[in-house]
Amino acid sequence: MSESIVRALKCRECGQEYAIEPTHVCEFCFGPLEVAYDYEKLEGKFTRELIESRPQTMWRYKELLPIDGEPTVGAQNGFTPLVRAKNLEKVLGVKELYIKNDSVCYPTLSFKDRVVSVALSKAVEFGFKTVACASTGNLAGSVAANAAAAGLESYVFIPHDLEQGKVLGAGVFGTNIIGIKGKYDDVNRLCSEVAGKYGWAFVNVNVRPFYAEGSKSLGYEVMEQLGWKAPKHVVVPMASGSLCTKVDKSIKEFIKLGLVEDNGTAIYGAQATGCSPITKSVKDGTDMIHPVHADTIAKSLAIGNPADGYYANRVIKESGGWAEDISDDEVVAAMKLLAETEGIFAETAGGVTLGCAQKLIESGKLPRDESIVLCITGNGLKTIEAVADRITKPRIINASLKEFDVLAEADGVK
Amino acid sequence: MKLRVYLTFDEATVRDPIIWKLAKEFNVITNIRTAEVKDHMGLVGLEIEGDVDVVEASVKWLQSQGVHVEPIEQNIMEG
Repeated sequence: MSESIVRALKCRECGQEYAIEPTHVCEFCFGPLEVAYDYEKLEGKFTRELIESRPQTMWRYKELLPIDGEPTVGAQNGFTPLVRAKNLEKVLGVKELYIKNDSVCYPTLSFKDRVVSVALSKAVEFGFKTVACASTGNLAGSVAANAAAAGLESYVFIPHDLEQGKVLGAGVFGTNIIGIKGKYDDVNRLCSEVAGKYGWAFVNVNVRPFYAEGSKSLGYEVMEQLGWKAPKHVVVPMASGSLCTKVDKSIKEFIKLGLVEDNGTAIYGAQATGCSPITKSVKDGTDMIHPVHADTIAKSLAIGNPADGYYANRVIKESGGWAEDISDDEVVAAMKLLAETEGIFAETAGGVTLGCAQKLIESGKLPRDESIVLCITGNGLKTIEAVADRITKPRIINASLKEFDVLAEADGVK
Repeated sequence: MKLRVYLTFDEATVRDPIIWKLAKEFNVITNIRTAEVKDHMGLVGLEIEGDVDVVEASVKWLQSQGVHVEPIEQNIMEG
């Protein structure tokens, strides 16, 4: 391992720098803190050959992730498939389409395993014994599982009326689950107070600057898997908007380090219409995000006042991309389309990404003759209720060959 | 306790001196740390310091005035 190139935490608003500590907000202006690196220290040392010589996990890019030494949590995470989507290309009428398939991310089948493994590795470095999060689904499962594997105590805060399947998805790992009664805003604020009071690593509060950096690994992988090339267009689902900004950061870092050439990559954001504050700001040509009350089946994207909305908006505009939103019906239709054409069962957020991409292609915002990458961030088995009523029902027959023959003949089977 | 929040004002509330009223109504210290105010919307980063009960009551009062109150981390509850 070469010397760490992490320099400081830097305020995204006023530029004030802070030592590497579990802190996340600028004391001067309340701006969010981000990890800053001294990239020049890597010049000539961080090469394609070095990366390719390492195990196929997200940690093959560890110099660009904010930990010291080796990861202690989630050492196997990441390096999910980049699938050339030939069947979907035909349906959409595009020349070159790829799916970055984080629906099979290890160990809990969502891209949250990337951010959580960085947050928890950093938490261990800082000496925390307990980690925590507040979540309605993917994040809860990922924190619970990765904490269990690392031998950390964990607390997971959920809304008290969360669906049983999602409670199970975290509870099975032996975490402490706390169900909180109240409206979203009240639940959210309580979590902020808990995070401020207890000496825990709250993954998206006091260790958020490190947590968020984990998303960059998705971007690095895409570029390596494309044969060390940046894509022309990337479509990213947006909740807080963080993934959008980190994919952009990953591309800029690889260009800076000479690992890929600048391909003028444009970033596109996808939201469900029932919770689309970032898309609305892009379409309205403003940079102010108006908070909304989320009402969509795409629960993993249902953040009404996204913390990184302003920054996602800026990345989209500066990169030459755009943002789109689709209805819940269109989300389900896109989930089915992805499953039926490419054999990939994505959660609702995946439907949002594909459905928005379709709309962007039809409107001409996404060109048909250049490479497009769709980021699929979670597994459909977690949101089966969204499609349960729309899938083909089995045709029931008795255990009789004659009955099957009739059915096969009706299907035109010879 | 010291609570750090973002207040979002909409078109109906953006012209009212709500933070002044808050300090009159409750025994809290208010400290504006950042603000952006436009015709139809305002965003203020505010510290509210006082006893736990009083701070929590002051947040409820702000909400009753039509102000959206969020922790500065905004969306802690994620998917």
